[in-house]
Amino acid sequence: MAQYKMHLLVCGGTGCRASQSEQIVENLKSEIKNLGLENDAQVVTTGCFGFCEKGPIVKIIPDNTFYTQVKPEDCAEIVTEHVLKGRKVNRLLYEDPETLKHIEDSKHMGFYQKQLRIALRNCGFIDPENIDEYIARDGYAAIGKIITEMTPEAAIDIMKKSGLRGRGGGGFPTGLKWEIASKNKADQKYVVCNADEGDPGAFMDRSILEGDPHSVIEAMAICGYCIGATKGIVYIRAEYPLAIKRLKVAARQARAYGLLGEKILGTDFDFDIELRYGAGAFVCGEETALIHSMEGHRGEPTVKPPFPAEKGYLGKPTNVNNVETFANVPAIFLKGAEWFASIGTEKSKGTKVFALAGKINNVGLIEVPMGITLREVIFEIGGGIKDGKKFKAVQTGGPSGGCLTEKHLDTPIDFDNLIAAGSMMGSGGMIVMDEDDCMVSVAKFYLEFTVEESCGKCAPCRIGNKRLHEILEKICGGKGVEEDIEYLKNLSRVIKDTSLCGLGQTSPNPVLSTIEHFYDEYLAHVKERICPAGSCKALKLYTIISDKCTGCTACVRACPVDAITGEKRQPHVIDADKCIRCGACYDKCKFTAIHVQ
Amino acid sequence: MEKFTIKIDNTEVEVSKGTTIYQAAKQIGIDIPVLCYLNLEHLNIESRPGGCRICVVEVEGRRNLAPSCSTECTPGMVVNTHNMRVMNARKTVLELILSDHPKECLTCSSSGQCDLQHLSQVMGIREIHAVENAEMSTYRKDVSPALKRDMDKCIMCRRCETICNDVQTVGALSAVNRGFMSVVAPAFEQDLIDSPCTFCGQCVAVCPTGALTPYDDTAKVLRALADPSKTVIVQTAPAVRAALGEEFGLEPGTLVTGKMVAALRSLGFDKIFDTDFAADLTIMEEGAELLGRISKFLAGDKDVKLPILTSCCPAWVNFFEEYYPCMLDIPSTARSPQQMFGSIAKNYYAELMGVKREDLVVVSVMPCLAKKYECAREEFSTNGNPDVDFSISTRELASLIKSCNINFDLLPDEDFDNPLGESTGAGVIFGVTGGVIEAAVRTAYELFTGKKLDKIDFKELRGLEGIRMASIDFNGTMIHIGIAHQLGNARKLLDGIRSGMYNFHAIEIMACPGGCIGGAGQPLHHGNSKVIKARSEAIYREDSQKTIRKSHENPYIVKLYEEYLGHPMSEKAHHLLHTHYFEKNKK
Amino acid sequence: MSNLKLQECHLKTIDEVCDSYKNDPGDLIKILHKAQTAFGYLPESVQREIAKRLKISVAKVYGVVTFYSFFTMTPKGKHAISVCMGTACYVRGAEKVVDEFKEHLKIKVGGVTEDGKFSLDCLRCVGACGLAPVVLIGEKVYGRVEPSQVKEILDSYTD
Repeated sequence: MAQYKMHLLVCGGTGCRASQSEQIVENLKSEIKNLGLENDAQVVTTGCFGFCEKGPIVKIIPDNTFYTQVKPEDCAEIVTEHVLKGRKVNRLLYEDPETLKHIEDSKHMGFYQKQLRIALRNCGFIDPENIDEYIARDGYAAIGKIITEMTPEAAIDIMKKSGLRGRGGGGFPTGLKWEIASKNKADQKYVVCNADEGDPGAFMDRSILEGDPHSVIEAMAICGYCIGATKGIVYIRAEYPLAIKRLKVAARQARAYGLLGEKILGTDFDFDIELRYGAGAFVCGEETALIHSMEGHRGEPTVKPPFPAEKGYLGKPTNVNNVETFANVPAIFLKGAEWFASIGTEKSKGTKVFALAGKINNVGLIEVPMGITLREVIFEIGGGIKDGKKFKAVQTGGPSGGCLTEKHLDTPIDFDNLIAAGSMMGSGGMIVMDEDDCMVSVAKFYLEFTVEESCGKCAPCRIGNKRLHEILEKICGGKGVEEDIEYLKNLSRVIKDTSLCGLGQTSPNPVLSTIEHFYDEYLAHVKERICPAGSCKALKLYTIISDKCTGCTACVRACPVDAITGEKRQPHVIDADKCIRCGACYDKCKFTAIHVQ
Repeated sequence: MEKFTIKIDNTEVEVSKGTTIYQAAKQIGIDIPVLCYLNLEHLNIESRPGGCRICVVEVEGRRNLAPSCSTECTPGMVVNTHNMRVMNARKTVLELILSDHPKECLTCSSSGQCDLQHLSQVMGIREIHAVENAEMSTYRKDVSPALKRDMDKCIMCRRCETICNDVQTVGALSAVNRGFMSVVAPAFEQDLIDSPCTFCGQCVAVCPTGALTPYDDTAKVLRALADPSKTVIVQTAPAVRAALGEEFGLEPGTLVTGKMVAALRSLGFDKIFDTDFAADLTIMEEGAELLGRISKFLAGDKDVKLPILTSCCPAWVNFFEEYYPCMLDIPSTARSPQQMFGSIAKNYYAELMGVKREDLVVVSVMPCLAKKYECAREEFSTNGNPDVDFSISTRELASLIKSCNINFDLLPDEDFDNPLGESTGAGVIFGVTGGVIEAAVRTAYELFTGKKLDKIDFKELRGLEGIRMASIDFNGTMIHIGIAHQLGNARKLLDGIRSGMYNFHAIEIMACPGGCIGGAGQPLHHGNSKVIKARSEAIYREDSQKTIRKSHENPYIVKLYEEYLGHPMSEKAHHLLHTHYFEKNKK
Repeated sequence: MSNLKLQECHLKTIDEVCDSYKNDPGDLIKILHKAQTAFGYLPESVQREIAKRLKISVAKVYGVVTFYSFFTMTPKGKHAISVCMGTACYVRGAEKVVDEFKEHLKIKVGGVTEDGKFSLDCLRCVGACGLAPVVLIGEKVYGRVEPSQVKEILDSYTD
């Protein structure tokens, strides 16, 4: 990278590409060429910067200028002003929502200030399709050191000391997992990378694979060396074409450099990877289901034990870790277990990547040290709630997690605290909700997902979640009774207690946590037949304020079910029994004479 | 073997490594309820998907409840099988299952035999907590000539899937769809008749509910019995007498031949005949065919097809027609005993009695569901009139007896009618795996060597091992024999032959576990494989009690050849007693 | 479900797909992916041919096809519309967008318009949460879609 004076980093993540970032790259390149600056400035397509809300992003180094929401037609200006004349294009700079001042340097943006990037260390800095850029940032140095200087036992020891826990949801200590797999003797073992990211609203694994595929490949090779496996398999969602492409390119380059394949770096260690595609089944995030899927079967989980470390893919010992877990590994070996263990809380070491989404100003991908509070994440990094509304809750852990409220805002985030609060880390989705969100509907939304994704093998998950969803629908539909809440609670507990795999064991969490923290809201639905957030259609009551009604009949014409009656130029009335709560009258009324309760 | 102690419900029990909690509890008299779990120990059949979650127990130190059927004991484990947490969970899960199950027990054909019904009785379920109008998973009903599928009643225990794929290797069924709409079905959720299904019916035999049931023709039988213009005769298969008693509360393995005959007479059948007679006839034809092929082979004929495969089992015939179309010339062309009987009845016997073919109704009582399909095969009818009109199962006979107010216990022992009711011990053992080939050996040995057998029992051909092999000394010529029961074992044997791994002269195959005694029309074993063992012992007991134990010594068989057929493999015999096989129409 | 009468060239494609994985049943899911790419969907006839080549039961193939939501037995419309139903999109009103599409196209989710021009599906998070709610039509991504834009978007597909 050194020979150029300036680098223009353009985000090539899925989100920014959807907003024409590829065209931006093209335009920047041609402008640079037009002005004869090819030897001074280089355009690099990188992985995700994380700040998806303001994409497409163009970052210019060395001065860390951060242009947001760049359009292809802005490119000429960026090149002539910034690259040629050294003047920043102010209108494209990030504007601090509070001070309304333009921030020139990304290091001073609230979004980045509190972040600590380990797993995402290279995302947005390097060209993921160029292995040299990864190597320039000490890539493949860890594997080199390990296979030439360390025994597998010593390397596993470092992993154990680092305190790294699985980032896919369970939080099982990674070093221990490797140790178990290494102790099971077999002629063939497998390293599997779980990249079947399926939480609705989580996209960290995809971003890592798109932005820094080599770190995952390197980590898989390290794991292979530690447990005695020569084969690695990445199980990746077929819906991630860009990640697949970049992973393939990276593997090809690694092979060409002797970093994958036979006799890696001249040692006796052989390791290579292949790709398997998921086909749209959330349950395949569960290790045994994932393994069955890789074997060409329906992705149904099986009873554990035996654990994959004993009997996994094709009956051989198999170590499964997720993408983010792997992405941490090379950094741990480069900087040491002590360094990693110094970050985070007592039992949760290092950082965690979260996908911030929902009613928040700065939607995007962030990486923060364990132990940070929700308040810091939501209000400092996330820039607070959208449109100045009031914070209501945040769902962590996707459909397996629970809702956390105001009172949890200052709880340090780590594996154990989240579980204690009735939620979980999950893979790191973080959906923020505001006062307009009905918590019963939110629980219903997650259950709808679970019902859709339940594999159907065990009865409590197959039928129980369906029943939970039906009861929630009943409550949102204004037909709930108080006993329904008790039944929801009992059913939820039994489903958690008896389900075969992690999906069913966690799927009632959204129900239980919303009941716990928003009991009044449930009560309002079943007793007063009111949705306090005003979002449940069936619980809305439309009435006409007779003082304001002019009798223009616009609403009568708009009503699809003839529920509104009245004489011309006289106040009208709505028949509540006929009304289907579609809101058409409300939209049509020019005199704000329709009242919604 | 490593042994250690665990504690279940405050009782210590010593277990060996690998024992499940369910098994350990059983050792000390604690019967944890199960629903999807199936273990037919004597037959090496196990299905434990861990899906129903009825057998959950609390294990101290474990976060959630553990399925006892598939959780192995570990040293020092402390288990509680019935505290409030467990009972509430078990009951709630059962209610969930019932909430997606039709409430039509009163009219369900499995009522009284249904494991789900029994469980909900045992657990004292009196109401089902669920949303009003809770959605039920519904599927298209499917009626085939042998069995019916009403998958609304399926609880996804997956036993049928295990049997169809892992045990029988037929592959007609698979779990399809996902979540609430998941169900076990043939490809594209088409009808069984359009699938590779062999109608062995073993899925029915293990179904814990009324989702899979036999196709029932008893109503038509009753109608025929009531029709004065019809002569209705019945044949009973060997395995039926060894199991029918179970339906009337008798111990498994009780022989009820005489009572069965009396009951049939009481039902109004004009003649009570025995499929065993036709079994003796089968031996005459099949034995002759076997000897013919062996003699040719020994004389140096290289084109002769060996081994000869038995063809008595209709599910097996369906299986090789589907999966081994290139080997259609290997099985014996002899029809099954059911069809030989039908053919002899509608030709020889009708002639003898002066009854018109269409006025003679032949009913068979079979331990088998595939027989229902077999008697409907086109090649076994003349001008649209089938040789065997209706085939009913052992269970259906029992319900017919019950519905006609017959007190089975009080019935006297009666004898079969002649001429088609006389049989030998060789005919009886057709009902059990290894029996057909033993019967064949008894006759073939004497015909081949011209010597009398001094020992009639061939113990080396008996047993419940899935695949068995034996060599019999035919006076200096060793005859190599292979035996398989369950179609998966048959497949292994056949693949071994195809690859040249095995060299047999003759092979006997039966589709069901244990042979016909384990047929899908028999009283349900409810997962207890001891029942099958007991039936097998009963069959051999009946054989040993017979005075004549070799088919060729059956006087009525001798007479039939003298008066009507001529000799085995004669042209007439060919026409009436042999068949040919078809490659199944592949889609 | 719609079936496809297989021509010689179709059989050749299936041969190639299966051969490329040595007819290994362990690679069934990869094979189905490739076959779906080639045919656009997985009709009954194609599944039967794959089962034959892999020497597994067609029931098993169907069981796998119906387990994974990525596989479809219905051909997609010329322009396949997919509305992201990830949480971020849901919270930002994806449901209303779906309703709008349903109303304009007069089809259900998973359906195809009579003229075969559009098909409508929901999918799980595509990971473009910054643009929520997101709609994909073919390869094209529409971000921050308002229900009121739906008609305009549909009208832009004139072919």
